[in-house]
Amino acid sequence: MPDSELRSVSRASAKVMNRADLTRRLVARLEREEAVIGGIGNSNFDLWASGQRPQNFYMLGSMGLAIPIALGVAMAQPARRVFALEGDGSLLMELGALGTVAAQAPRNLAIVVWDNGMYQITGSQKTLTSSTVDLIGVARAAGLARSSWALDEAHFESLVEQALDGDGPWVIGARIDGEKPAGTTERDPAKIRLRFMQGLGVAA
Amino acid sequence: MSADSFAENWPEIAVRALKANDVRLVAYVPDNVLAPLIRLVHDDPYFTVVCPAREEEAVGIVAGAYMAGTRGIVLMQTSGFATLPNVLASLLSPYRIPVPMMISERGAVGDFQLGQAMVCRTMRPVLTALGIPHFAIERRDDVEFVVGSMIGQAFATHEPAAMILSPLLTKKPVPTAAHAAAR
Repeated sequence: MPDSELRSVSRASAKVMNRADLTRRLVARLEREEAVIGGIGNSNFDLWASGQRPQNFYMLGSMGLAIPIALGVAMAQPARRVFALEGDGSLLMELGALGTVAAQAPRNLAIVVWDNGMYQITGSQKTLTSSTVDLIGVARAAGLARSSWALDEAHFESLVEQALDGDGPWVIGARIDGEKPAGTTERDPAKIRLRFMQGLGVAA
Repeated sequence: MSADSFAENWPEIAVRALKANDVRLVAYVPDNVLAPLIRLVHDDPYFTVVCPAREEEAVGIVAGAYMAGTRGIVLMQTSGFATLPNVLASLLSPYRIPVPMMISERGAVGDFQLGQAMVCRTMRPVLTALGIPHFAIERRDDVEFVVGSMIGQAFATHEPAAMILSPLLTKKPVPTAAHAAAR
């Protein structure tokens, strides 16, 4: 997909979709043991609800660190595709991570940003994306040229397909609604880590 | 300890200890005291070096790399450590991810910035409250043993570890041959 096509979708023109639905669409396309790092709260809850793949990592705390963790995985295993799923509030807390990813430029990393303009899990208080901040614009300005809003579900899937086959790093922005997540992650951090390492073929 | 260890200063010895323990990824937020070590790892192709914007980002990167099979370390100064309690308590400790940290101790003695001194006083209470093993290195002769031991312990026990570089190691003038002869 040419860069011009990536740039053609504005946040305002992007359809408001559903996180659980898009997470299932993403996971359904994973056929090569791709790693997925689910950010704090609803991002990892919907990842859990989409099916507990051994290559999924559910980040229960450490808000903002799904992208850095995914970057570390991507650097250590350059042959594996790695996805970070991060909410708008979380990314706003760790914007510098976009610059770090751009500087490292891992070809195997894709970042998915779920943007509903709110801190949904704490009572739906507004985030800065509900006023002025365009996180895909921020990602591009940080040096991540392959960044795009998803126009609709079909476009989201085509962007995921690009991220699975082409050279990244990629950033896919998805506007989402305020629906509750489709499940709740089991709260056993040590077990999550062990299972993830086994999923990545690493002796823990 | 190798025969030429007295020709080395602490950064060269630290590099040797990192290599001996297969620590290949270095993530740091800059610090003047750490600058010689940072230069060494940048110049050595053995290491992959990342300089993120915040210390907690560095911890996240090294944690991810560990789970994917690469050992790393985070370098920072005391004030950077003071930004980390949340990630230590919500990621490294509960998930039992061994991330070694090397912290240059600022504000301990002879620092004229009150803020540095006050931040420094929070470091050991935080490490103690979280039950994270920590040890201050004060003498060049101890660098290889302490760095190697703490890194080895961290990976064997799946706990983070904090190696504190005391100003006695990094700032106190090293006696010269002339000094030694005069005594």
